[in-house]
Amino acid sequence: MISWPNLVSQLFNGLALGALLALISSGLTIIYGTLGVLNLAHGAMFMIGGYAGFVTYQYTESFILAVIAGSLFVMLLGVVMERVIIRHFYHRPHEDQLLVTFGLGICFVELVRLLFSSQSQIVPPPALFQGITNLGFMFYPTYRLAVVGIVAVALGALFIILYRTRLGMIVRAGIEDSVMVDSLGINVYRVFMIVFGIGAMAAGFAGIVNAPVVSLTPGIGDDILVQTFVVVVIGGVGSFPGAILGGLIAGEIISVTSMFNPGYAYVMLFAAMTLVLVVRPHGLLGVQGRE
Amino acid sequence: MLKQRPFLIETLTAIGLIVAPFVLPHLGFAPNTVNRILVWGLFGLGFDILFGFTGLLSFGQSAFYGTGGFVAAYLLTRAGFGNVLGALIIGTIAAAATGYLIGLIALRRTGIYFAMITVAIAEVFFFVEFNPLSDFTGGENGLPGVPTPSFNLGFTTLHFTNGWSLYQFIALCYFIGVVIALRIVRSPVGAILSAIRDNPLRATAVGHNIHGYKLTAFVIAAAYAGFAGGLLGVLQAFMPPDAFTFDTSGQLVMQTAIGGRGTLFGPLVGATVWLFLQDFLQSALGLGAAWKLVLGVVFVLLVCFLRGGIIGGLADLYRLVSGGRQQTDAELEQAAADDAEATPQLAPAPMQAKAVEHPAYSGPILKASGLTKRYGGLVANSDIDFSVNQGELRGIIGPNGAGKSTFFKMLTCEIPPTSGQIVFEGRDITGLKVTEVCQLGLTKSYQVNQLFTGLTVRQNLTIAALAELRGKFRLDLFRTLAGVKGLTEQVEHTLALVNLTRRADTPVSELAYGEKRRLEIGLALATSPRLLLLDEPLAGMSPRERVETVKLLKSIARGRTMIIIDHDMDSLFELVERVTVLQEGKVLVTGTPEEIKTNAAVQEAYLGGVHGEIAA
Repeated sequence: MISWPNLVSQLFNGLALGALLALISSGLTIIYGTLGVLNLAHGAMFMIGGYAGFVTYQYTESFILAVIAGSLFVMLLGVVMERVIIRHFYHRPHEDQLLVTFGLGICFVELVRLLFSSQSQIVPPPALFQGITNLGFMFYPTYRLAVVGIVAVALGALFIILYRTRLGMIVRAGIEDSVMVDSLGINVYRVFMIVFGIGAMAAGFAGIVNAPVVSLTPGIGDDILVQTFVVVVIGGVGSFPGAILGGLIAGEIISVTSMFNPGYAYVMLFAAMTLVLVVRPHGLLGVQGRE
Repeated sequence: MLKQRPFLIETLTAIGLIVAPFVLPHLGFAPNTVNRILVWGLFGLGFDILFGFTGLLSFGQSAFYGTGGFVAAYLLTRAGFGNVLGALIIGTIAAAATGYLIGLIALRRTGIYFAMITVAIAEVFFFVEFNPLSDFTGGENGLPGVPTPSFNLGFTTLHFTNGWSLYQFIALCYFIGVVIALRIVRSPVGAILSAIRDNPLRATAVGHNIHGYKLTAFVIAAAYAGFAGGLLGVLQAFMPPDAFTFDTSGQLVMQTAIGGRGTLFGPLVGATVWLFLQDFLQSALGLGAAWKLVLGVVFVLLVCFLRGGIIGGLADLYRLVSGGRQQTDAELEQAAADDAEATPQLAPAPMQAKAVEHPAYSGPILKASGLTKRYGGLVANSDIDFSVNQGELRGIIGPNGAGKSTFFKMLTCEIPPTSGQIVFEGRDITGLKVTEVCQLGLTKSYQVNQLFTGLTVRQNLTIAALAELRGKFRLDLFRTLAGVKGLTEQVEHTLALVNLTRRADTPVSELAYGEKRRLEIGLALATSPRLLLLDEPLAGMSPRERVETVKLLKSIARGRTMIIIDHDMDSLFELVERVTVLQEGKVLVTGTPEEIKTNAAVQEAYLGGVHGEIAA
C-alpha cells in the first residue's frame, strides 16, 4: 500500500504544508517575541488573507493582484487592530491579551461568515502553475510545487527584513529586551505597530497563497492556528529560525502520518510536541528566559 | 463582611435554585435552557478555580468535558451500566485522571505556553474521539440513548425524566458543586492558589510547591468538566460529539469572562447571558447566524472595559454607591492610626524561629565555600568563602555591581551556583530548590518588593505562614483557614511585629511604600526562618521609617541569625556585629564595623583611592 511515489508525494505535501506553517508561525512568533502578545486572532488573519484575495480575484481575475491585495489588506487590518485595541493591553496580564485576541478572532470569523456564508469559495491557481508536473518518477500538482517556492521567497524576504535592516535589528533587540530598546530612545510603540502589521501580513500572505490548494471557508484558520501553536512550541517562542524548523517538522509529521491514518496526524504532532517539551522545554531553538 | 455569615452564599444559592422554576418561565426561559445553563455553570465552577483563582487560562477544557461525558455515556448505553449517578462519577474520575496526566505535560510551562499547549491538547482529543476511538464514541454520530437518573428509595422510586423534573436533579448537582467549590476556595489550598495567580515567584520562595498546587487546580477543573460532560449526555439523552470541539472550550472561556472570573458564579451568569442572547438574537430579532458576531463584539468590549465581567462590574457599582460611607471609615481609621503612632505602644514579643531539627549541631549556621557564578563571560561572584555563626548579625556591603544580590540568590537557591558549595546547619543545600530551602528555615526578603498584590496584608502573611505550618504541599482541600492550628496567632504576631495590624485588611495595592517594605520583611518573617537574609531592607525609606525599621530588625534578630545587605552604612553599622565587604564579586574583607570603617582597602573600593576616614 505504501509505494515510493506515494511516500515522496506525501513528503512534498509535507514540505508545502511545512513551508506554509513556517511562514504563518514566523508572523505569530515575531509578534509575540517583540510585543509579548500572543495573537489568538492569527488564524483569522490567515483566513481573511484568503478571502481578501478571493474578492480581488473576483474583480480582477489576476492572481498576482489577489496576492498583493490580500497581504496588504491583512497588514492594514493588523495595524488598525494594534492601534485601536492591542496597544491598550500591553500592560495588562497575559490572560487579558489572550481573551481579547480570542474574541477578535471570533468576530472576524463570524463577520466573514456573515458576508460570504459558510459555503466554500474557490480561488483557481494562476495559469502559469496550473496542471501537473512530471518529476520523472512521479506526477505532482504544479501549484503545490510553486507554493514551496513562493513561500520560500516570502521567508527570504522576512529574513532580510529581520536580519539585514535597521528595523529588523530593533525588532530582534526588542525580542531580547524591549524595555532597554525603549530607553535607548527608539519609539518602541511605533515599532510594535509595524511588527504587528508585518506579522499579520505573513499570515495573510500565506492565506491567499494557500487558497488555490484548499477551498476557502470561514473556519479555515482555526486548524491552522492550532498547528501554528505546535510549531511555535516545538521551535521555541520568539525564534524565527525555530518557526521555520518547527514548521517543516510539523508539516512532514502531518503529511506522513496522514498517509497511514489521517486520524493520528494530530496525535503524532502532539507526541512530538510533548517530546520537545520534555527534552527541551524552551523549544528546539528557543532561548531560556522569555516566557 | 461575608466572613461573619459563613453559609450566606450557600443559603442564597439554595434559595435561588429553589425559586428559579417558579420565576424563570415568566422571563421566557424554557426548562431545557435552564438545565443547560446549570450544566455550563457546573463546568465553569472548576474552570473558574483554574482560571479565575489560579490564573491559568486553559483553552482545552473540552478535552475533559468530552472525556467525562463519553465515559459516562458509554457505560450507560453500550456497556449496559444501569446506575446513572455511578456512571457520572466514574466519568468524573476518568476526566480527573486524564487531567492529571495532561497537567503533567501542560504545566511544564506557564503563561502563553500553557494556553497554546492546552489548545493543542483539546484538538488531539477531538481527533482521537472521531477516528481511533470512534467504535466507542460513535464517531460523528455520538452516543444516543443516554438514560435519565432514577433512585429507588424502597417505598417509592424517584424518577427525573425531563424538563423541570430533570432540573431538580441537575440543580442538586449544581448546589453540591457550589458547596464543594466554596470549601476549596476557602481552604488553605484555595488561599495558595490565589497567591500563585498573583505572584508565583514569591509563592515558591515562601515555601510552597506551586507545581503541585497548580496540578491540583488542573485536576479539580478536569473533574468538574467531566461531571458536567456526563450531565450533558443525561440532559440531551444523547452524547453529542461536538462536546469535544474547540468551540466548547472557547464558549466556556468567553462565558466565564463575560460573567466575571474569580467569582465562581461568573460562568453561570455568563452562560445565562449567552444562551438568552442566542435565543433572543436568533428568534426575536431574526439575526440568524449573526448572533455569534454580536456576542463576540460584546465579549471584546467587556474584556476591554469591564475586566471583572458582569459580576465584577456590579461589585464595582456597589462599592461606588456605598463608597462615601467607607471613605469616612478610612479617615477615622487614619486618625486613629495617627493617634496610636503618637503614643508609644508596647513592643510585641519577639517571634520564635522554627525549632531546629537537630539541636546537637553547633557549627556555623551557614558556610559557603568556593561559590562562583558566571553569566557567560561575566563573573558575578568568584570563589567566595563565607561563614556565619549561629545567632550572628552580619552585614554585607559593597559598591553597586559587587555581586551582593547574586550572592544572596545563590544562598537561597534561587539560582544555582556555577561552582562551589553551600552548607546550611551542616547540611549541603547546593542544588536544592528555593522552596525546600525555605522549608529548612532559610529565606530572604527581596530588594524589589515581591508581594501578592491582589490580596490584603493579612492574606499575604497568611500565605507565608501556611507554608511554615503546613509544609510545602498538602491537600487539605476541605479544611477552613481557621482550622489550621496556630495560623491566626502566627499572622497576628507577624502583623504586630511589622506594625501593620491596623492595615491588616487593606489591599496591598493601597499601601504606602514604607508599609510595603515592612510587609516584604513580614512575608519572610512569617515563615519563621532560623536564617533570614534581607536584601536592602532600608532602600527607599524616609529617615523616620529607617529608624523604625532598624528597631524592627533588632527586635526580630533575637533568637535567629540574620544577614543584611544595605547601602545605609550608618544604620547597618549600628545594627550588625560583623560586616563582609564584597567588591567585584569577591570578598574584600570581613571584620567588625569599627575595623571596616578604618580599613584602607574598603575606602579605596568606595571612594576610589581617596585616603581618609569614611564620614560615618
